[in-house]
Amino acid sequence: MKIQLLQIAHARSGDKGDTGNVGVIARKPEYYPLLAKYLTVEKVKEYFHGICQGKVERYELPNLYALNFLLHESLGGGGTISLKNDAQGKTLGSVMLRMELEIEENISIGR
Amino acid sequence: MKPSVRIASGQGFWGDLQTAPIAQVRKGPIDYMMMDFLAEVTMSILQKQKMKDPKLGYAKDLIPLFEGVLLDVIEKNIKVITNGGGVNPLACRDAIFAVAKKLGITGLKIGVVLGDDILNEIDSFAFRGITLDNMETREKLSSIRNNLISANVYFGAFPIVEALQQGAQIVITGRTTDTGLTLAPMIYEFGWKNNDWNKLAAGTVAGHILECGGQASGGNFSADWKSVPDLAHIGFPIAEAYPDGRVVITKHENTGGLVSAATVKEQLLYEIGDPKNYITPDCIADFTSIQLNEAGINRVEVFGVKGRPATETYKVSMAYFDGYTSFSTLTYAWPDALEKAKKADEILRARLKDLHLSFDEIRTEYLGFDSCFGPLAENHEELNEVVMRIGVRSHDRESVERFGKEIAPLILTGPPSVAGFAGGRPKPSDVIAYWPSLIPKTTVAPKVIVEEM
Repeated sequence: MKIQLLQIAHARSGDKGDTGNVGVIARKPEYYPLLAKYLTVEKVKEYFHGICQGKVERYELPNLYALNFLLHESLGGGGTISLKNDAQGKTLGSVMLRMELEIEENISIGR
Repeated sequence: MKPSVRIASGQGFWGDLQTAPIAQVRKGPIDYMMMDFLAEVTMSILQKQKMKDPKLGYAKDLIPLFEGVLLDVIEKNIKVITNGGGVNPLACRDAIFAVAKKLGITGLKIGVVLGDDILNEIDSFAFRGITLDNMETREKLSSIRNNLISANVYFGAFPIVEALQQGAQIVITGRTTDTGLTLAPMIYEFGWKNNDWNKLAAGTVAGHILECGGQASGGNFSADWKSVPDLAHIGFPIAEAYPDGRVVITKHENTGGLVSAATVKEQLLYEIGDPKNYITPDCIADFTSIQLNEAGINRVEVFGVKGRPATETYKVSMAYFDGYTSFSTLTYAWPDALEKAKKADEILRARLKDLHLSFDEIRTEYLGFDSCFGPLAENHEELNEVVMRIGVRSHDRESVERFGKEIAPLILTGPPSVAGFAGGRPKPSDVIAYWPSLIPKTTVAPKVIVEEM
């Protein structure tokens, strides 16, 4: 089935220099394995093509049912160098949550 | 020893909600209030202010804030800790003493943490082989040495602890870590040692939750923002700390906002890197060890935090001048709003090219269409209106200044139905770039001064 990440996760994003960080948190513990399985580095790198010019790193926080992504070279240089409206990457979380995932599992989504 | 200590967040950044500290001292019991003022490039802004006037260089907001809270702080014996001293904590202290005098307060003790400002020692460090190269890009400091504006060592909680031990009711620091402001009172009250790694990590995690103010108590909350009550009167977070390292995150009753596992999780993930290695001067905290438990309405218990020994180095935050930027916006209306805005951009770029100006970058975004989503922006039905936002960056000030003269002409010499050019020609702003580095802890020492007025 096809789902939108927004249905199973929430997120917060921010900056460290030119790197955007996006924390993605499962809305329910049972959704965390889906995040871990489908929200891969490769998937995220491909999705952010054109926004993220550098590498993508992924860290797991199973205790919080969450993943942390670092999107390197995503903020137009970062800080006061950046000419971007969102120089601090505050909306990268929204961009992430708009992603659609094709999953093998059948889940009932109640928000 | 107190059974628990309530540490309140009063400001999450310079420019935060001005009424928050007043609400924290008046709407319920607290023992401490911490206020974080310093982002990565804030020190350079303050350094420039100090160069113009040696009495400045601290977060000026602190003075009206203290005018608002100082009587309550004295009456309720609340201790206040802030890094808003910037590059001039002594001048900040004197300004607060002046506020106290005006309010008829006597006997106030203020502690100051100095020694983080190493701008004047850069060359002597270089002579001793401490090169302060960029820890991320590995570039040599010499490449930007002449443009350096500020250089500050991040100190941790322990200098603040020393000031508290000497009886300070208010502690003003320069570049202290955000987390240290919250950790310090726990170390002081509970007698934690400098190798109680799990406890230091627990206090550090609490500090990370508090350091962005309302962002832990319902602000900027993506999970279910519509459910957050009364954001107009949001209660900033409070850490109720226990001697064993357990912390309950809460807020005052009768305030707006929300403290839930979800709001705390979002803040825990904010601006972190490798969660197993959250490095501060005080310890390394492992964010994958954090356990949360909703322990009541607007009460989230944080426990199980594991820590490891601190590193041998302090982080150094430096800022240098790196050219100029300028921005402008124009709003285009239906029909063909986006098409018009794109044509205006095309015309503008052609004119800039004809002028042979020198830019490192020209960037155009269309607000209402793609400034957040970039190439991922999806075309929907036709836009009612769109804002063209164009920015330029250059090391040539004249080019940036000349750019500012090319915006207004677009109104009468470009696509039709355009609004929003008010406030005159855009002016060049300085670009302040960030240079992170490391320095051995043995080479710098914090200095603590506590004085009674």
